[in-house]
Amino acid sequence: MVSIFPSLLNGAIITLKLLISSMFFGLFIGLIFAILRINKNQFINKFAYGYSYFFRGTPLLVQLYLIYYGLANIEILRNSFLWVIIREPYWCAIIAFSLNTGAYTSEILRSAFQTIKEGYIEAAQSLGVSKKITFYKIQIPIAIKQSLPAYGNEIILMLKGTSLASVITIMDLMGEARKVNVLTFKPFEAFITAGIIYLFLTFIIHNIVKYLEKKYGFQT
Amino acid sequence: MELLTFGDTGWGDELFFATLMTIAVSIAAMAIGFLFALIFTPLKLSKNKTVNIIGNCYTTIIRGVPELLVIYLLFFGGTGAAMYVASIFGYDGYIEINAFITGALAIGIISGAYSTEVFRGAILSIDKGQFEASKVLGIKKSIQFYKVILPQMLRLSIPNLSNVWQITLKDTSLISVTGLVEIMRQSYIAAGSTRDPLFFYSVAAVLYLVLTFLSMKIINKLEIRYNKGY
Repeated sequence: MVSIFPSLLNGAIITLKLLISSMFFGLFIGLIFAILRINKNQFINKFAYGYSYFFRGTPLLVQLYLIYYGLANIEILRNSFLWVIIREPYWCAIIAFSLNTGAYTSEILRSAFQTIKEGYIEAAQSLGVSKKITFYKIQIPIAIKQSLPAYGNEIILMLKGTSLASVITIMDLMGEARKVNVLTFKPFEAFITAGIIYLFLTFIIHNIVKYLEKKYGFQT
Repeated sequence: MELLTFGDTGWGDELFFATLMTIAVSIAAMAIGFLFALIFTPLKLSKNKTVNIIGNCYTTIIRGVPELLVIYLLFFGGTGAAMYVASIFGYDGYIEINAFITGALAIGIISGAYSTEVFRGAILSIDKGQFEASKVLGIKKSIQFYKVILPQMLRLSIPNLSNVWQITLKDTSLISVTGLVEIMRQSYIAAGSTRDPLFFYSVAAVLYLVLTFLSMKIINKLEIRYNKGY
């Protein structure tokens, strides 16, 4: 039990790295697609809907395999500079996770945009604030505040999602637990210890989000 | 396209049966999840502190650890536990538990945790008057649950249960790591033997999209049907 702990902690650091970088890129992707979703143009709107429909309707594992095994099949990509990125399982995992969480985030932010009270926008208009500034200074901050609880859930879902990186040879927390299981034939020790670390991470994320909600959230 | 023909040369029939397997595992997992939810929902709503903690532990732990972990624990741990139990009875051979059963059980435990939360929310949102009225009419507690609370609870929980179903359907793809031949595993095999992963994983993605789309249609019909009286 004691001897397997350091290797699991190393794995946990990789898990956290994967989580943070994919949440970072995912937030940008989500914000862009949420803005496209509330666009009045039918074509742009449908495109953004299709994106989120595809990534929410298929399992994360399929997306991961499509990017890791599938993209390597395209001759043009293999000969281009992008090959440096997509031949690394680590970057493939980050791409897949970012696109996946981006789709969910775009839905969260879209519903937040649509539930902003008309009064705020009307007040800004009557004060003569330009549309662009209304959007950046009023709509986006309110949408982010309103979507904090749902976004907290999304972070925890993504933490669990990063465990899939272990199937494409990344030694994250799950991968280390599998290795320990194979080396020692002690499945309970390996997986239960890993489970406790995952629970601990979930607990921390939950409390950070709760704190942020208290500090910045709306008291409606 | 000739890769998808039915028969010896194509993968069409294999993928078709794999899709059926995915549906079967999802339905089995959902049913097992309902059983777990029906056990743990009363525990979570109970006024007794210790009983309450047991219910909360189940939902918090299962929703806090990765799905893959539960599957591995049951798959590797289950074999060891079964062999240990068998060795007590004097059997020392190797026992392999059926991948379908472990898979359905693992996903069932996970979907049970989500269903428990859904049922809890539904029961809490039933009008207090319903409980009081049935009490005043002198209806027994057990009959009150089956005839008054359960029907209303199911109606209220259909929209959220549809989310749980979607999660369960997508989680079944993880069982492929234990070797059960469902959509994901079949695409992996096909991709390996034809050296065309892009095509076969795209097919898998389309199959999952079709499954989620169809189940959404069916659930919407159900919702309209059960909301007729309201």
